[in-house]
Amino acid sequence: MSENYDMIIVGGGPAGMSAAIYGSRSKLKTLVLESKRKTGGQVATYEEMENYPGVPETSAPELMENFRTHAEKFDAEFAKGEVIDIVNNGFEKIVKTKDKEYTAKSVILATGAEPRKLGIKGEEEFKGKGVSYCATCDAEFYEGLEVVVIGNGNSAVEEAIYLTKFADKVTIVVIHEEGVMDAEKLFQERAFANDKIEFFWNSTVEEIKGEGLVDSVVVKNIKTGEKTDFECDGVFFFVGRVPSTDFLENTEIELNDNNYIKANDNMETNIPGIYAAGDVREKVVRQVITAAGDGATAAVMAQSYLEAEEYWQENVVESAKPVIVSFWSPTDNESIETIGKLEELGLEDRGYKMVKIDTYKNKLITDRYNVEEIPTILKIEDGEVKERLVNPMIEDVKEVTIENLEEVKN
Amino acid sequence: MLELNKDNFDEEVLESDGVVLVDFWGENCDLCLDLMPDVEDLAEEYGDDVKFCKLNIKGNRRLAMGQQVLGLPSIVLYKDGEKKEHLSGEDVDRDAIEEAIKELI
Repeated sequence: MSENYDMIIVGGGPAGMSAAIYGSRSKLKTLVLESKRKTGGQVATYEEMENYPGVPETSAPELMENFRTHAEKFDAEFAKGEVIDIVNNGFEKIVKTKDKEYTAKSVILATGAEPRKLGIKGEEEFKGKGVSYCATCDAEFYEGLEVVVIGNGNSAVEEAIYLTKFADKVTIVVIHEEGVMDAEKLFQERAFANDKIEFFWNSTVEEIKGEGLVDSVVVKNIKTGEKTDFECDGVFFFVGRVPSTDFLENTEIELNDNNYIKANDNMETNIPGIYAAGDVREKVVRQVITAAGDGATAAVMAQSYLEAEEYWQENVVESAKPVIVSFWSPTDNESIETIGKLEELGLEDRGYKMVKIDTYKNKLITDRYNVEEIPTILKIEDGEVKERLVNPMIEDVKEVTIENLEEVKN
Repeated sequence: MLELNKDNFDEEVLESDGVVLVDFWGENCDLCLDLMPDVEDLAEEYGDDVKFCKLNIKGNRRLAMGQQVLGLPSIVLYKDGEKKEHLSGEDVDRDAIEEAIKELI
């Protein structure tokens, strides 16, 4: 099977799979690269899914299964592979995994985010011995035991509630004032109503202690400075997330200070043909539905990029004849008039190729050639701009086309 | 890979000479399932020097906890019945396991 794709999507969560649905449905040869065995991203590790519109009764893993089935219905391909680098060679991009290389004309980065590590004393030492980042993986161990959950966002509170199905007691350590949590009101209410859940307010965990296995955590009240040695059998960390962007270290793709990818409303990164979608993108709201929306936008933009670029490569850059490119807009009368006059010159009979670029529709090429005013006419030979005429009189065009041509003949 | 349970754990691991690797895993643990093919791969490569085993924690929770395993995935290496290395968490990958094996053989 060919390793050349129209669109490669890095990451198989809701953003990536939505992009795959849009891409493959538009007949683009589309590949989703997922580093894990199972697609679905962070969502697939949760249980409940109550706010995805139009699907009132589902679970998080089931919804993600349906995303995948939907993408495969339109022939999107899926492969397991962790991407380690992306090389941008203009219209061809090389996507490298540990043991393979793919080429793509467009790339959508949808790698999402992963749990943040706090780096407190004992965290490393007790990994797998009472320190956990995955409730569904480890909850069973804690049947009849007591655990501490650090964090107060949606995942912290949701997973704390899940853990009460196994553990006898779940204590949530919250850094905010009493009664204040970052999680949605709905989750907060459920936590408050759960007999097995207790709280430490104004508090952080400073150290994890034990012998072989976790025995206790040191909880520090940040207001009073008071420290409590609190006995527990396990500690679950849900202290926010960090974007999965380490693999972009050697690329030119712009990240913000927190390593999220910078992209505009059209999901375009600073590199043409490379898009960012979902939790990995710098934005405020990170939900399955917004990730899916990002993915759709990115795929539609990538498709129009591909069309514009393919047209340009084929008709202008690779043209054997010299090309006259007119930048115009159907809403600009002057540009329409100029084009009309241009056509009367009969340049095609004299060996020129005529190409029109609608500046409103084709921003990619318009921006690449720094066209700020219309009409603008470019004469391009062998892919290089030989003449640039901004707002030209028709005589000017004649001069650089017909007269120039006769000169060459003589 | 040898499947372990309550009945054969002591005999196959704790009373066994040489290096034994135990892959503690669970059906709800995606990371474990991701890691399993890599461990099977290593079993092909180092099978002559290391006894490769796996333990599904379902029904064997106490056994795992007795080995101080309270989180998945956990890869534990024993030499002559003595626990030598316990790798766990998201960072455990093929390379980390291979390194640990090389240190013991």
